[in-house]
Amino acid sequence: MSLTDKDKAAVKALWAKISKSADAIGADALSRMLSVYPQTKTYFSHWPDLSPGSAPVKAHGKKVMGGVALAVSKIDDLTNGLLELSERHAFQMRVDPANFKILSHCILVVVATMFPKDFTPEAHVALDKFLSAAALALSERYR
Amino acid sequence: MVEWTDFERATIQDIFGKMDYEVVGPAALSRCLVVYPWTQRYFGGFGNLYNAAAIASNPMVAAHGKVVLRGLDRAVRNMDDIKGTYAELSVLHSEKLHVDPDNFKLLADCLTIVVAAQLGKDFTGDVQAAFQKFLAVVVSSLGRQYH
Repeated sequence: MSLTDKDKAAVKALWAKISKSADAIGADALSRMLSVYPQTKTYFSHWPDLSPGSAPVKAHGKKVMGGVALAVSKIDDLTNGLLELSERHAFQMRVDPANFKILSHCILVVVATMFPKDFTPEAHVALDKFLSAAALALSERYR
Repeated sequence: MVEWTDFERATIQDIFGKMDYEVVGPAALSRCLVVYPWTQRYFGGFGNLYNAAAIASNPMVAAHGKVVLRGLDRAVRNMDDIKGTYAELSVLHSEKLHVDPDNFKLLADCLTIVVAAQLGKDFTGDVQAAFQKFLAVVVSSLGRQYH
C-alpha cells in the first residue's frame, strides 16, 4: 500500500491547510491517546502530569508533530528520512510499534474535529496511508 | 456483562439521539468504501464504485448506510445486552453475508471520524473513549457467532 503520486499530492495539500495548527493537533492527539488508550500512559510514567492539556503533554505533542512535518518533507523516501527517529524509537524509547497505529488514529480524529470540511474521504485515505507509511519507516530499525 | 458508567450511557444516548441517521449512515459507509477500498468486495451488485465521487453519489450505498445505522440503533436501545441483541445479526453476517469480521472495526473507525467531524471540539477525549468503547462492544458482538 505504498504512496501514489496522488496520495502525496493530497497529503501535501492537506498539510498546507493544517500545519499552522500542528502544535494544537499534536497536543490534542496525544491527550486523547492517553485517555482513550490508557495503556499508552505506561510510556510516560516519568512525567509529573499526564492530564489533557498539561505542559509535558503539550510539549510532547509539538515534538511529535515536528516528526510528522519531517515525514511530509521526506515523503519521497520515508525510510531514509526517518532513520534517525526510527533508531531513537527502537533503541532508546522502545515504543511497541503497535502504538503508532493508535496515535495515527488519534491524529486522524483530531484533524476531523478541527478541519471537517477539508477532511474529505479522499484526504482521509491519503493521510491514513501516509501515517501508516511513516509508522512503517519508524519501525525500520526495530529488528 | 459490559459495565457502563453513567457518563458513558449518557454520552451514547446523547450522540445517537441528536444524530441524523439518514446523513451519518451514508457518510460513514461511503467513507469506509473510499478509505478501505477492499471493503467494496461486499458490494459487487451496487454499481459504480469507481471513485470517491461515484461512491458518494451512489444511491445503493446511501440506502445501505441507513440500514447499517438503523441496525446500530438497536444496540443504542439495548446497551445492557448488545451481545444478545446482535446474535441473529452476527449469524447473518457470518453465514449469509460472509463478511470478514475485521471489516466491522474499519466501519466503526469511519463512523468515529464522521461523528468527530460533526461534533468538532465537543468530541472530547472522554466522549471519544465512550463512543469507541460502545463501538468495540458492537464489533465484538457482531463477530461473536462466527465459527
